[in-house]
Parts: sequence; structure tokens; C-alpha cells
Amino acid sequence: MEALLDWFTVPFQFEFMRRALLVAVVAGGVCAVLSCWLTLIGWSLLGDAVSHAVLPGVVLSYLFGLPFAAGALVFGAGSVALIGVVNRTSRVKEDAVIGIVFTAMFGAGVVLISKIPSETDLMHILFGNVLGVSDAEIAQILVMALVTLVVVAVKHRDLTLFAFDRVHAHAIGLSPRRLEALLLGLLSVTVVIALQAVGVILVVAMVIIPGATAYLLTDRFERMLAISVAVSVAASVLGTYASFHFNVATGGAIVVTQAAAFGLAYLFAPRHGVLGRRLRTRAVVARGEAPRAGAPS
Amino acid sequence: MSQEGAELDREPAVRVEGVGVGYGDVLALDGVDLAIAQGRVCGLVGANGSGKSTLFKTVTGMITPARGRVLVHGLTPTAARKRGLIGYVPQSEQVDWAFPVRVADVVMMGRYGHMGITRRPRAADRAAVADALERTHLSDLADRQIGALSGGQRKRAFVARGIAQGARVFLLDEPFAGVDKRSEATIVEVLRAMRDAGHTLVVSTHDLAGVPELCDEVALLQRRVVAHGSPEEVLTPQRLLETFGIEGRPVREVA
Repeated sequence: MEALLDWFTVPFQFEFMRRALLVAVVAGGVCAVLSCWLTLIGWSLLGDAVSHAVLPGVVLSYLFGLPFAAGALVFGAGSVALIGVVNRTSRVKEDAVIGIVFTAMFGAGVVLISKIPSETDLMHILFGNVLGVSDAEIAQILVMALVTLVVVAVKHRDLTLFAFDRVHAHAIGLSPRRLEALLLGLLSVTVVIALQAVGVILVVAMVIIPGATAYLLTDRFERMLAISVAVSVAASVLGTYASFHFNVATGGAIVVTQAAAFGLAYLFAPRHGVLGRRLRTRAVVARGEAPRAGAPS
Repeated sequence: MSQEGAELDREPAVRVEGVGVGYGDVLALDGVDLAIAQGRVCGLVGANGSGKSTLFKTVTGMITPARGRVLVHGLTPTAARKRGLIGYVPQSEQVDWAFPVRVADVVMMGRYGHMGITRRPRAADRAAVADALERTHLSDLADRQIGALSGGQRKRAFVARGIAQGARVFLLDEPFAGVDKRSEATIVEVLRAMRDAGHTLVVSTHDLAGVPELCDEVALLQRRVVAHGSPEEVLTPQRLLETFGIEGRPVREVA
């Protein structure tokens, strides 16, 4: 028992660990909120795209000594806009357009990276640097997280309506276009927040896994948001501690922990888990009941 | 064009005048004229690709026609949308039935146009939702996840959303697809009650299921309206042959 307590309290005495936990928890929480809508709309690929497309922006920011957020936002939003334009004006299907734009951006980022003198900084951009994050970076993260959460608090019902039925949103006088732009804008900001914690390559996990995990565990949107945030924050804390104790990369540890949570939900979720479903089917067959039309599945 | 102070009772409920819509070099609608009086149920019958969806999108203002115009109770689609006059009941395939919302949540979405910026429901909104659920016989199912309903109940949930919204004109896209006979009868009953309360319903369908039982009038669409009148006048074997290019299924199981 004491050993377990020490496992958590000893690292907490270090200043860098407290800062790392703060960043990981904030990033995990904000990503988890956005991930619910991304999962439901089916925008995971878009999340992947945005997270890779910010790379040239981050590298340029680094080269010019600007905050990462500045360049990342320009390239994140720019890529989404570019995907939209090419998609509307050519016959190429959307998934191909997304694939082309984000790999092109990522490629440009990799080319620019060769201009970076230090190997260490390169690794920080690609894999995050949560253990060495500066005061200025923490301040940026907190401001962006606050703005994102306030906007979400005000607009969450509209975003859910947009995710569920954009034709109805249009029919009652809302603008699906504007809601789409809002959600993509929030996604860009969120990606930049999470980038500091886990790096460009692993950000996509943070904006998909928590929502997908929660989706397996409930049929109510409010609960899905709560579960998603809880899973993500817990994974951030456990992952950060694991990286301290086992001396492994923090970003990787956080994402692996999230994936483990998803795996558990996939297997054991009461209604939508593989095992739960199989057991219920067996019970129904044993009782000799015919499946009811429209029964909850 | 000033629409200020237009009486909502202005007839007809839906007026489509010389509407032409093209996609690229394909002409989807070519000079559609159609007037539907208030308190009527109009079946919009046509083969796949006859322009039914395009016409719906034009009425809701998602598409601006290249030629002609659409008025809903005398208002442009944009003005009618802002007032929540248009209720839309989507086709089954267009809905994500696994979405984590309850029936009551879906119906509440009809109220968003009446709410403040955060869409926090007030007592009046809850009352409107309860009333809409009552009128569609769904009160007992309000807490079910939307996908846990049968095909017919799902349709009624979206109709309830339009009622809660206060819509005057309902556009129903293939409401009888994937619905069994008994549910069909319940839907017809609900829709008739709505018509009797003064709502106008436009029901699009590519087969004739439910049409003679439900519709006061039928418009046969083939990029333009080729016939418009009572079901008996319009759904003649000759016309169906012209519209569907095959021997149309005879008006089904109707004495």
C-alpha cells in the first residue's frame, strides 16, 4: 500500500513532474472533449490530417522563434480549408484529398526540419517534450485550453446537432457551414495543445481514442463526454508516471495507456463490448426468445 | 422583395414557380411548377433521379435554383427557415441510428431555433417536447436511444421533432421505406391528424406504398411536374408507365 502511495507521491516532489502532469492532464482533457464529436461525425481521418499538417507551421515557428501555436494554427486551418476547396472542385474523393494534403504538408515539414540544427529539438516536435515544457508554453496551453472549453460550453448543443443532423440544423435556420468551421477551428487549437504533450505523430491518438472508448460505454452524449474526459485524464496521469518510473517516452506511455483503456472497453463494455454482446446473445438463445424488432442492440 | 409582415396563412403553403436546377451539365429540375394548399398532404412521386431530393433541397433553401423561385407561406426559403416553418423528416439511410441521443433529445433539437445561444431548454421547450411526443404516441419511449426504436417509431420521432419546432410545412423523405404495414398505419394516422390540425405535408416516395391511403393529392415528378391532381387522376397505369419507364406497380392493395 505504502509502495503504491510512494509510486504517486515521490515523483510529485519534482517540479518538472508537476508541470508535466499539468500539461498532460489539460491536453488530455481538452482532446477528450473534442474527440467525442470527431468520433461521432467520422472525422478521425481529418483529425489525423490536421495533426500532421501542422508540422511545417511548428518548424517555421521554431526557426523564427515564435510560439508553436502561431504557425500550427495557420497551417492547421489552412490545410482544412485546402481540403475543403479541392474536395468541392475536383472529382477526387474526400479521403484521397485528405491523404494528399496532409502528407504533402507533413512532407514539407520534414523538408524544413532538415534546416533545424539540433536533433533534440526535432525529437521534441515529433514526440513531444512534456518533461521540459517552459513557463511560456504552459501559459499558452492554459489560455488555449480555456478558450476552447468556454466555446464548447456555449456551443456544445449546436455541435451535437451538427454531428447528428446537419440538414435539420440548416432547416431551423442555423448554418452547418459555420458550425463545421467552428469545430475544425477548435480541432486545430486542440491539436496544438496536445502537440506539446505527445508530439505531432501521436496527437491523433489523443483526439480519437478517448471518444471512441466512451462511445462503447454509453448511449447518452453527456455521459460520453464525461467518460471520455475521465479516461483521457486518467491515461495522462498514469502515462506520465509510467514514463517517470520506467524511464520511457511520456507521449508514447500516455497513448499506450489510452489504447489499453480502449481495449478493455472493446472487450468488456456491458452493452457494446464484444464479450458482453456474446453473453447476451447466448442468454437470449438459451431462453428461446426471438430477437425483438427494434430491440436495443 | 419585401416579406415584412407577410401573413403566415398566405396561400399556398408551398409555391414552386418555374424552378430549374442543374448540377454540372445535368439538369435535375427543368421548369417545375407546383402549388400546394395549406392543410393538404401531397405525395411527390417519381423514380430515382427524378429530382425529388433536389426539389426538397430547393424548398429548404439548401440549393438556390438557377431559374424560378420557391415560396413557403409567401416567404423565401431563407425567411421561412429562420421562422422554423419547415420541418424535415430525413430518409432512414441519412441518419446515424447509433448516435448517443435519446428520443427526447432528438425532439428537443426541434426547439433550438426558439432558444438562447446555449440552447438550454426552458419549461416551455419541455412542454412542447412532451406535447409532440404525445401526439406521435411516443411518450413512453422518450428515454430510449433513438436507434432502439422500430422503423415506424423512428419516423414518428422525427415528425415529433418538427411538431416541437412549430413547423407548418413538413417534408418527409421516403417515410414508408423499411416500415412494416402496421407501423405504416400508425404513421398515416399521425400524419392525417397533423393535416387536420392545419399542417401541410409533402411526402416524397419512389414507390407507391402508403400514397393512396395518405395523400389528398399527388404530383408526379420527372424533372418537371408531369401531372398533379387526386391520386385516382394521377396514378393511372399510362402515367406510371411514362414516369417509371416500366409497368408501374398498380395502386397496391387498395380496394
